[in-house]
Amino acid sequence: MAAVTDFGPVAATMRRRRFNLAAEPWIYASPALILILTILMVPLGIGISYAFRNLVLLDPFSGEFIGLKHFVEIWQDGNFWNALSNTIEWTLVSVLFQFVFGLILALLLTQPFPGRWLVQALVFLPWAVPTFLSGLNWAWLFNPAVGPLPHWFVNFGLMTTPDNILSNPATALWGPIAANVWWGIPFYAITLLAALQSIPADVYEAAQIDGAGPVTRFWSITLPFLAPTIAITLLLRAIWIANSADLIVVMTRGGPADSTQILASYIFAQAFQRLDFGYASAIATVLLVILLVYAAAVIALRQLIIRAH
Amino acid sequence: MRPLTLRRTGYWTFHYLLVAIYVAVALFPLFWMLKVSVTPNDLLYTEGVRFWPSRTTFAHYTSVIRNTEFPLFFLNSCIVSALTSIFTTLVAAAAGYAFSRFAFHGKFWIVGLMLVTQMFPLVMIIAPIFRLFAPIGLTNSLFGLVIIYTTFNVPFASFLMQTFFDAIPKELEEAAMIDGASRFVALRQIVLPLTLPGIAATLGFVFTAAWGELLFALMLNSTSRATTFPVGLLSFVSKFSVDFGQMTAAGILALLPVCVFFFLIQRHLVQGLTAGAVKG
Repeated sequence: MAAVTDFGPVAATMRRRRFNLAAEPWIYASPALILILTILMVPLGIGISYAFRNLVLLDPFSGEFIGLKHFVEIWQDGNFWNALSNTIEWTLVSVLFQFVFGLILALLLTQPFPGRWLVQALVFLPWAVPTFLSGLNWAWLFNPAVGPLPHWFVNFGLMTTPDNILSNPATALWGPIAANVWWGIPFYAITLLAALQSIPADVYEAAQIDGAGPVTRFWSITLPFLAPTIAITLLLRAIWIANSADLIVVMTRGGPADSTQILASYIFAQAFQRLDFGYASAIATVLLVILLVYAAAVIALRQLIIRAH
Repeated sequence: MRPLTLRRTGYWTFHYLLVAIYVAVALFPLFWMLKVSVTPNDLLYTEGVRFWPSRTTFAHYTSVIRNTEFPLFFLNSCIVSALTSIFTTLVAAAAGYAFSRFAFHGKFWIVGLMLVTQMFPLVMIIAPIFRLFAPIGLTNSLFGLVIIYTTFNVPFASFLMQTFFDAIPKELEEAAMIDGASRFVALRQIVLPLTLPGIAATLGFVFTAAWGELLFALMLNSTSRATTFPVGLLSFVSKFSVDFGQMTAAGILALLPVCVFFFLIQRHLVQGLTAGAVKG
């Protein structure tokens, strides 16, 4: 009898130990989890609820539930459709140029040469420049009063008079795109460099013995090896670029004549300048849905790539 | 043999030429900002597109430091970025350790949740955050920004810390735990000292990210007491849009701390950017 009751405390300790084991990772992860839930996920839910309310800051009579009225407004809002098409152009062009220039840079840096570490530190520096500062910096370069670019454009015959491309609705979007490409090249170069260095060297040696030239080697070894990295980085970066409003806000505030307004900057303008939190949240909800659909397509594509391998 | 060496020389000339173009394009905007900031006002328009002014001056810097509120903004940004990087690194080290050392129910969902936070448009929560923070005194407050920036950076910093923990063999702490140390003691005395370079890199990454944030700082804080450098510089630009000397001088000042951190974390860029592959 005594022996049996002795098992009691042992079982209790065992149970406590098992509980501790199960709880331990949660204890370590909990600060991060609590922060993300309270500061990101709760506001996200509240933001979605704002989309269905007439909510204007400083207007004490606003706040009532208005159903889908904002979404009907969005459907009829020419500025929204303009911002949507600008978002697509901004994202596609930025991602494409960042990727092409980043890939070339990664290929240049993958071969050892004297001074490579210094070159690497210098060409990656734009990544460390804060986005707002890179925006201001490029706005100054495009400004004919202090910047050289308009004068060079005239010299090359691209322009007849040294004008600011940021004040011309036809060309203004290229300003933030230039700043974005300059700032984003290092990111691609670094990720692709890491992927390049993971390609086994003997594959190249074998190809060289078989008489494959550098171009053949690039198309039949390098690119196929890089393809998964390239696909995932491009598709994920696109989301991040579509979401980032600060370059636009800093360089053009969406102008002139809304020619550079993207959805993210349009949302910010509605919230910050017009204080119309309801309408801003409704556009943000639409953007979120578009991105969710896009992300689902990306994940499906990723599954396809994995299965194909 | 000769045509081959000739081709090699040709190739390397081309290679170095391209590298030189990249270095020039990467540095030129920053060089130009520096050049404008040391150009005296009377030469700025007369000398046009010269690569270096015939006379240089530090007058713009002294006037930015003496006559504007930029020293206060600089200090505010330093406080916000330093506190953000410390809090983020503490929280992320704990989460990264959990991801690295435990296989547990729900891990998949936590990692998924963290990835999702990197995807959704942050502008979306500007309005709700403003309405939540205003009544509890977190608008016009540096601490409000610290809370937000810490949350934004925790997911990416956790993945980064996880890669650093993954690089340390599990056997080290297991040996200590067999000898009777608790997991926390093993973590503090054995694992953390080995992760110090990783912790330094995480501090640097988060500091750099927090230093440049603009939109939330613009929305939440309107008093100069709580203005950060990006907001101060932007409002200076929209108020005195012709004083290029002072604007560029302030821009160079904003660049200094991140340059210091950049050269410190430069070795860890690959890990950092692949951990945050979905973010900047």
